[in-house]
Amino acid sequence: MTDVARREEVARTNGHARQELAKSATGIQGLDEITGGGLPAGRPTLICGSAGCGKTLLSLEFLVRGATEFGENGVFLAFEETAEELSQNVRSLGFDLDQLIEDGKLVVDYVHVDRSEIDETGEYDLEGLFIRLADAIDHVGAKRVVLDTIESLFGGLSNDAILRSELRRLFRWLKERGVTAIITGERGEKSLTRQGLEEYVSDCVILLDHRVSGQLSTRRLRIVKYRGSTHGTNEYPFLIDQFGISVLPITSLGLEHGTTSERVSTGVAGLDAMLGGKGVYRASSILISGTAGTGKSTIAAHFAHAACRRGERCLYFAFEESPDQIVRNMRSVGIDLMPWVDQGLLKIQANRPSMYGLETHLTTMYREVQELGPKLVIMDPITSFLRSDGGTDAEAMLVRMIDFLKGGEITSVFNSLTRGGSALEQSEVGISSLIDTWLVVKEIEQQGERNRGLYVIKSRGMSHSEQIREFLITGEGSQLKDAYIGPGGVLTGSARLAQEAREEAAKLKRLEDIERKQRSLEHKRLALDAQIATLRLEFEAEEQEAQRMIAEEQRREERLDEDRAEMARSRKADPQPEKAQEPT
Amino acid sequence: MTDILNRDDTAKLPAPPAEANEETWELRLYVAGQSAKSVAAFANLRALCERYLPGKYEIEIVDLLQKPQLARGDQIVAIPTLVRKLPEPIRKIVGDLSNTEKTLVGLQLRPRAW
Repeated sequence: MTDVARREEVARTNGHARQELAKSATGIQGLDEITGGGLPAGRPTLICGSAGCGKTLLSLEFLVRGATEFGENGVFLAFEETAEELSQNVRSLGFDLDQLIEDGKLVVDYVHVDRSEIDETGEYDLEGLFIRLADAIDHVGAKRVVLDTIESLFGGLSNDAILRSELRRLFRWLKERGVTAIITGERGEKSLTRQGLEEYVSDCVILLDHRVSGQLSTRRLRIVKYRGSTHGTNEYPFLIDQFGISVLPITSLGLEHGTTSERVSTGVAGLDAMLGGKGVYRASSILISGTAGTGKSTIAAHFAHAACRRGERCLYFAFEESPDQIVRNMRSVGIDLMPWVDQGLLKIQANRPSMYGLETHLTTMYREVQELGPKLVIMDPITSFLRSDGGTDAEAMLVRMIDFLKGGEITSVFNSLTRGGSALEQSEVGISSLIDTWLVVKEIEQQGERNRGLYVIKSRGMSHSEQIREFLITGEGSQLKDAYIGPGGVLTGSARLAQEAREEAAKLKRLEDIERKQRSLEHKRLALDAQIATLRLEFEAEEQEAQRMIAEEQRREERLDEDRAEMARSRKADPQPEKAQEPT
Repeated sequence: MTDILNRDDTAKLPAPPAEANEETWELRLYVAGQSAKSVAAFANLRALCERYLPGKYEIEIVDLLQKPQLARGDQIVAIPTLVRKLPEPIRKIVGDLSNTEKTLVGLQLRPRAW
């Protein structure tokens, strides 16, 4: 059955017709989710584990929550600690047993059996215990009973045959009384409990574990069996802190989270452009990997800056730097995070990975996220976790974290430090499949310089640039420059600058050529114009001369006529009017 | 003996007689109703006391079915349980007291064999 189907089933069971098993909610964060509603109501549950794994605390929290949250009073039959000791031990968790006892919601009965003062002879039974339990149950009208740790009886009384048959009778009696009971048992060498209590309590068995790996202790919880009910089968890390017990069943969230096609800016314009021009999807997971000093944190800070500028809250988990240090360092590259911190939009949470176990980290982060309600979560870097324990547990933790964040529509940015010498892509193989967008910042060593190149290995659901671009961190923020492909690969840094200068020179030269050509053309045109003007002038001069000669000719002609007429008049030879008559 | 059965406060008893052998044995038997084991235990106890502690014992019978709250005081788990209140230290013997030898050892009327 898939997680989704299981959850639906649980929802259905809890919702209306409880055809399945009636369950008694524990009120313990996470435990009710993996048990699908709680422990089997009216039946005994066995909780076993080695010393110090939290059996007593879990069972006591079951009673306290029952009394305070579900109106079900409880009886705690303590075989190992007195009521005063118990009360003191759980006060740090915020449980006030004395008050509950005073209010008549809880009975704590300390049962002490000391072998050194007891002899046995002949037949006996545990009716005394039954009577005490019945008296306590009746006293507060208890619905919940804890027997912690009933196996101690085996240390106090020697007749195993009687004890076993009486225990069997006790569990049957508890069922008949209809109380939901928890029986705790110490982990045995081969069996779940030293005395094989699992034989008698067959409805629900929960195993607690406390493991130390790499000097970090992790508590785990596993439901070994749960008759008549489906349940989460994994080992779930759990935590004991000032709020009691929290189990982390985050894997049960599965992959049912919805998706959004909303895109958010990365805060670096050039990077947005590489990611299809719009940036990353909201609620996607982004991995930024690279060797030391390549600017992973800077990119993460850009993400944070962009989110805060949109008015979204952002949670920054720093595992290597203090909050002040991050703010100072980012200011030097032109990202001022301080205003966001002051406005409460940005919260920087700094913890050393080695400070406590993974489950504590996970719970702390889980809780911080729930408190702040961010739209962006940054973990910088995750490498320390992966390194601390060979990776498998840390990977599981990251899976849970990513699932949890996606479920909340929160964008997540993970920085990962690649160790020098190892292949960039190989080092994060374990978690890369969980990542939607994977950016790699790479050192490019060339001509005595180290420069940064950035490229997108993958980005699910969008077309992205395949190019390696140079990543520049300046005092005014980060920029992405086009990288040049030279004979020796990508050109960056001064090689890129030299290439840019060469290109600039060539361009200038081309411009000059064009200008020269244009100038010579102009000259030619001017020369032509001058020639045309000269010719016109010559023509005009000739024309004037010609007209002057024509006018002179006409004037001479007129004078000749006048002279001839004058002559005729003076001779008086011809009648006057016939001027044109030839002389005889 | 009968008046002792109904006495509430044994702590206010006068100190036992000066002679060590003459001290009074104060015994309390926890039972649950008239079960076979309880009846057997009481019979075995009385026979034993008559034989080994004639005239210097007192037996108080506490029926937990009637006074369940008394089980807590003497940390009673098993039934029947015989508690030797005096002489001190307190000893408890669990069972129907059918084995007289063991009972005598338990009451420290006879040293242990080992």
